[in-house]
Amino acid sequence: MPALCLCFNIHEPYLLRRYTVFDMGQSSVYEDDDRNCEAVLRAARLCYLPAGELLLRLVRRYEGAFVTSLCVSGTALDLFEQYAPEVTEMLQALAKTGCVEFVAETSAHSLAFLYSREEFDRQVKAQTARLKSLFGKKPQTFMNTECVFNNDLAVALQQLGFKNVLAEGADQVLGWRSPNWMYRPVSGPRMRLLLRNVGLSDDMGVRFGDRAWRDWPLTAEKFATWCHSLAGTSDIINIYNDLHVFGLRHGRDTGIFDFMEALPEALLRDGRFRFATPCALAGKHGPVGEVDVPQFMSWEEQGRDLTSWLGNDMQKDAIHSLYSLAGRVRACGDKMLLHDYERLQTADHFRNMSTKWFSGSHADRPNPFDSPYDAYITYMNVLADFELRLEAGEQKKKKRGRTRASVRTGTGASA
Amino acid sequence: MRVLMFGWEFPPHISGGLGTACFGMTRALAKKGVEIIFVLPRLGEASEENGFLRLRGASGTPLTRQLTEKMDRAGQDVWTQGIRCLPVESPLVPYLTPQAYVEALERVRRGPAEGRGPAMNRPECGAAQERSFTFELHGGYGPDLMSEVQRYGRLAAAVAARESFDVIHVHDWMTYPAGMLARALTGKPLVAHIHATEYDRSGVNVNEQVAGIERAGLHAADVVVAVSRLTRKTIIERYGVPPEKIVVVHNAVARHEAERCYLVPQRIRHEKRVLFLGRVTFQKGPEYFMEAARLVLQKIPNVRFFMAGSGDMLPALIRRAGQLRIGNRFHFAGFLRGEEVDRMFALSDLYVMPSVSEPFGITPLEAMLYDVPVLLSRQSGVSEVLEHALKADFWDTRDMADKICAVLRYPCLAAELVKNCREEMKSIRWENTADQLLVVYRNLLGGR
Repeated sequence: MPALCLCFNIHEPYLLRRYTVFDMGQSSVYEDDDRNCEAVLRAARLCYLPAGELLLRLVRRYEGAFVTSLCVSGTALDLFEQYAPEVTEMLQALAKTGCVEFVAETSAHSLAFLYSREEFDRQVKAQTARLKSLFGKKPQTFMNTECVFNNDLAVALQQLGFKNVLAEGADQVLGWRSPNWMYRPVSGPRMRLLLRNVGLSDDMGVRFGDRAWRDWPLTAEKFATWCHSLAGTSDIINIYNDLHVFGLRHGRDTGIFDFMEALPEALLRDGRFRFATPCALAGKHGPVGEVDVPQFMSWEEQGRDLTSWLGNDMQKDAIHSLYSLAGRVRACGDKMLLHDYERLQTADHFRNMSTKWFSGSHADRPNPFDSPYDAYITYMNVLADFELRLEAGEQKKKKRGRTRASVRTGTGASA
Repeated sequence: MRVLMFGWEFPPHISGGLGTACFGMTRALAKKGVEIIFVLPRLGEASEENGFLRLRGASGTPLTRQLTEKMDRAGQDVWTQGIRCLPVESPLVPYLTPQAYVEALERVRRGPAEGRGPAMNRPECGAAQERSFTFELHGGYGPDLMSEVQRYGRLAAAVAARESFDVIHVHDWMTYPAGMLARALTGKPLVAHIHATEYDRSGVNVNEQVAGIERAGLHAADVVVAVSRLTRKTIIERYGVPPEKIVVVHNAVARHEAERCYLVPQRIRHEKRVLFLGRVTFQKGPEYFMEAARLVLQKIPNVRFFMAGSGDMLPALIRRAGQLRIGNRFHFAGFLRGEEVDRMFALSDLYVMPSVSEPFGITPLEAMLYDVPVLLSRQSGVSEVLEHALKADFWDTRDMADKICAVLRYPCLAAELVKNCREEMKSIRWENTADQLLVVYRNLLGGR
């Protein structure tokens, strides 16, 4: 009985303001609060609230036959808390139905796993705890930032206690095999690996509004028929997308909401099909084989690799500079520094520096800077100021340590 | 196809980008099999055969009585209707400096300039009607430029009457009167190429005469070629040129045959150099460059700034550098030519073009040939074709300084810019410009 496994990613970044070399050492306000607030309110109005309502409606209408999973980033939760608490409430209402599984990721929507295991573990634990407190259940499933995955990640996740991991069904990894089965990562024998069906996911996520596409307009009927045609050759069909597809990437007038509304009915018409969440699937299906992913892969459209975030030297320079500070920031332990350090890790900062053609091609996530060079300049200025603050913090700590030590020796002498 | 081009300067005698642009454009057109007769005010030492085109000096072209009469008839309406207040004697220079203005005014006052009207130059030869006459042209941009333009117009039109060709193509306002006259005489289509408008050169203090000629020329032309979308916008707004008549054809840059390699001398290798190269005048925004330099030096003390070029604002800027006490870091290199320019580019770590209004601006492209990253003002036409350049608004000197600091501080930023620019430069070629011009010509000639 094949199942359709939906997972929608919810992420909003804290974008940087145009921070110049003259702000360095003067101001430590890095973020563009107005723009961030405006972006979140707009996203809530056009996408999160109507899409959330739609999912809630579907869950209620099909009484458990429609289930889905959501992967919410920590920065998005922060932004909702700050500017749009009604979105958090909406998510909690969804959680209460019991038909929505919450999938964990890094709290800062970061690429920490590539550079700092310690930072990664900390962010994942923080996010897991937060999801549990907000939505009442400890997440069992993990999807890394932008679906980034490799063998080592599976090992780490197994250690962190996750059961399932969602990843890209990239051709270079699967070869002749189909993503529509349950797999096991070669490095994590107890883990289940659910691979994204690239074609069907992108039909909905990318091509849906494209009038030049030969299958336009995509109706729920058509989509369901494609799924039904996989009946004999699949256990699971994984559709992972950015929740922005509803209302932001594809405007309401493209009919994306109507498509989703009609999808359950169309799919469930064939009695062999159902909806399922990763956790439910993991209990039912054993892995049919092992998947070996020595190189990192992601759900980035061209190449399915990391080049959107780490494709050029500016991006590499920026991220290396950032993670070279990791140990010092931890050691310093200053709360504000830790907070800012996490925010600076958000993957969007690096994507904005991409000089790849067609990078960031989705209009729903525009580059706030005029050019990738401006993004890099701003980021490096911010990082320079951050380092100055870190130095100051270290000095302060050293001084405090010294006075404490002298106090101790003083008491020792008197005793 | 044969094209009669009217121009004001041509290498090796150039004082700005116009000559460079004409050279690159004509050479690429010649390669595509277009025959070009390029009419200059005066040839000087340049030979008539330039390898790929025929250069002609208008100076000394015989004018027959018959032709002048015809010209007078044809030209009457052009001069009187199209161009306001043209016959007024004025010490006009397109690149006007205050001192030069005073001197020029003095010269005008002292004695009636030789060019009060073409008729005055006519030799006393009432004898034979067929005897031809002519006058001498000096070329360049003298204080009596306007009368020179007027005389050039008549002589160049005389050249037009003697040659056979399909299209008339004129470059900038100095040659527009000639183009209009030639068009009236021969009936051939006129292409007016606009490399810079009076509003770019002078801001709001425009010279009405020049603006008048520009307006008349652009309206008289069958097709107007603008060097950027920015210029296109300017001439639509300022002169009311019908938009459908305007074609945007971007300039390009010519590769050096054998690129010379310059080594950075040992003793200055530890510091970085930032270059401004252009006329030191309002249009090019040199004062913004100096202001940005001041800001940068507050952050990074061991940078050197070079200002290469001369112009009316130079003395004031030298004083300003002293006032800011940055003279030991801000250097004035004077007007550079030939190899000096190449050497200057090669030594620079960043080229800055802070132009207030730049219709196109070829120099950033030249800098890029030497793998120098560039920072452009957004108010320049060349920023339309360069995706991989840093850009700033000319008035935002803090932003400019911030970007200069970033290039000097982060080597990988400069490297990334250069790498991507090299790729971009592959498509910025005069051949592409020539192709677009050919389309313009063919459309004018009805697809022939």
